[in-house]
Amino acid sequence: MQEPLFGSVDEVVERLAGAGYLASTPVATTVYLADRLGKPLLVEGPAGVGKTELARALAEATSSELVRLQCYEGIDEARALYEWNHAKQLLRITAGRDEGWEDTRDEVFSEEFLLPRPLLKAIRNPEPTVLLIDETDKSDVEMEGLLLEVLGDFQVTVPELGTITATRRPFVLLTSNATRELSEALKRRCLFLHLDFPSPELERDIVTLKVPGLDVRLTDSLVRVVGALRGMELRKAPSIAESVDWARTLLALGADTLDEQIVESTLGVILKYQSDHRKAAAELRLDKLLT
Amino acid sequence: MSGLPDRLVEFVGALREHGIPVGPGETVDAAAAVDVLGLADREQLRAALAATVLRRSGQRAAFDALFDLYFPVAVGSAETAAEASDLNELRNALVAALAEGDAERLRGLAAAGVEVFGQYGSFGEGGSGGGGMSGWSAYQTLERVRPDALLNRVLAAIRGEQGDGLGEALARQEAQSRIASFREQVQAEARRRTAEYRGRDRIARHAVAPQTDLVSFTNASRQQLTELRRTIQPLSRKLATRLASRRRRARRGQIDLRRTLRRSLATGGVPMRPAMRERRPGRPELVLLCDMSGSVAGFAQFTLLLVQALADQFSKVRTFAFVELTDEITELVTAGAADPEGLARRIMTEARLTRWGMSSDYGDSLGSFVEGWLDAVGPRTSVLILGDGRTNGGDPNLAAVRDIADHAKHVHWLNPEPRSAWGTGDSAALEYGRVVPMHECRNLRQLTQLVTELLPG
Repeated sequence: MQEPLFGSVDEVVERLAGAGYLASTPVATTVYLADRLGKPLLVEGPAGVGKTELARALAEATSSELVRLQCYEGIDEARALYEWNHAKQLLRITAGRDEGWEDTRDEVFSEEFLLPRPLLKAIRNPEPTVLLIDETDKSDVEMEGLLLEVLGDFQVTVPELGTITATRRPFVLLTSNATRELSEALKRRCLFLHLDFPSPELERDIVTLKVPGLDVRLTDSLVRVVGALRGMELRKAPSIAESVDWARTLLALGADTLDEQIVESTLGVILKYQSDHRKAAAELRLDKLLT
Repeated sequence: MSGLPDRLVEFVGALREHGIPVGPGETVDAAAAVDVLGLADREQLRAALAATVLRRSGQRAAFDALFDLYFPVAVGSAETAAEASDLNELRNALVAALAEGDAERLRGLAAAGVEVFGQYGSFGEGGSGGGGMSGWSAYQTLERVRPDALLNRVLAAIRGEQGDGLGEALARQEAQSRIASFREQVQAEARRRTAEYRGRDRIARHAVAPQTDLVSFTNASRQQLTELRRTIQPLSRKLATRLASRRRRARRGQIDLRRTLRRSLATGGVPMRPAMRERRPGRPELVLLCDMSGSVAGFAQFTLLLVQALADQFSKVRTFAFVELTDEITELVTAGAADPEGLARRIMTEARLTRWGMSSDYGDSLGSFVEGWLDAVGPRTSVLILGDGRTNGGDPNLAAVRDIADHAKHVHWLNPEPRSAWGTGDSAALEYGRVVPMHECRNLRQLTQLVTELLPG
């Protein structure tokens, strides 16, 4: 077991706050446990609640390097783990035209021609590392198999070079929007954290932290409106990212109170669908303007 | 903390009974987590257990309810219970707390309410106290306190500062959600107290609601219906990716020689990565035939919502509803995307489904579909019939179903009744089942499974 990164749950809260991330009790507790138990952490939740941001803040708080693997449909071993630099190998072979097969063979499959991709990079890194595997649900099932192997033992086998074992275990964070059910095997190896919309108090603090110039009372009303919007059945409820954007917009507009007029004209910042827009306007009684 | 392992194992057992699969590995993890954290902070404990035993977000509600039972805040009457003995006093305090949104105080008032008004049965009297029919009732408490009736008073208390449109709307929203959370607290408190008295296992088994996707369509409460409707959108997204990837896989096959050669240039003419020819995807056509009569309307509505959300997975979707007659409602369903609640009402008022009654007539309905719209069904069409197949004693008109099956690529019947009820009373389910495959479809989980299986990739 290597030295844990954090000494207590409160320390997690404190250090993450130092990196600009306000963590709720569940978030801090789970991060602390993932660190202590040495398990990868699977974070699920709607878009824009700060899943990727958590990884970034963790890296900053523990002064680790952040290695990010962005998953997408069809991502394969070559993109995630390592790849041989074929073009360079060909060049090398062409350059050494007169040498024997033995020499060429030994040369061509050496470190020099290996292109490390995020997983290998994170495992080989002797410095503290936060490995972020982003949007795991976008990748294919085969990719999950690969992840299982790598995350289980923290080692990678390159047939020509041998097995590379992590000298220092990276802190692994997987994110998912739950568009696809991840395999049981993968989930079983991870701690699970469902990141949801924050409580009004926490959200107020986040907005204040990110947009310090905004008037306190305005922040209050903003959080209330966003809370009300989340209570409606919208296609895409606004998340923290949208609240912060909205706060910035209001600041830029120099608004001092949140009235129907302002909300109506800036609703596009937080709602991304026309139907949501209409529904919100009706339920928040913005139509009162017209009468 | 000697009793902790036992408590943990009991808790895990209760989770399993509620359909949350927790393996021994997870239990060990949970114990390790508790070991690292200690028991001092209850919210940390809750987060730690959730992180180790849960695997998907939908399990959270059941988990929380069970956690409160097995790791209760207090024993006996809660310390935080507010001091209110008189109903009026309690309601006044409640108005104030609701207006301020003071969560701590609300919890105290919920505890007090259950303590004073929720008790039923004979315990405490005569010294025995072991009566089988006594405990604390949330229902009884809420009947007396009637928090919903306080809405206007709460609004008046908040309104003090703001009375305009937006402020009013916000206040109403907040007041309603606070009242809802108060109701939940009362229920949790009643469960906790009763569990203490009558044994945790029993209460865990009966009083904790099942996971959303296992709630049966036909007898879901209003709140559960809202909850269900909320899950439709993400569910359909999930289904869509699954269907799309299946279709993509199905069309891999032949090697595209030209593109393979082109690719091989990068590897010195060695075709390391063969390219596959891509085939044009054919999307299926879908016809839905929904029974909209009272008993099964809820079920039909859900399926409609789901299909509506999946609309871009089909080249064409046509929807028909029937009670006594069949009418096409494709337009209504597409137009109603923004307002799922009003959909059923609009269908009932705008489509011609009935002659006089409200009870379904399968014979005539199927007959009128065959007469009027059989051309909607072609060799590329999948037909889904939604209904319980209860004919109210009328003629089931098997010939019509056979007719539809002859024209369509395939027909499936989804029945919201449990399999054991098929063929009982006026149900013609078994007869229909002999003509077209019939599937039991009582909850969201079964519906999801069926939609993935039935729709051709």
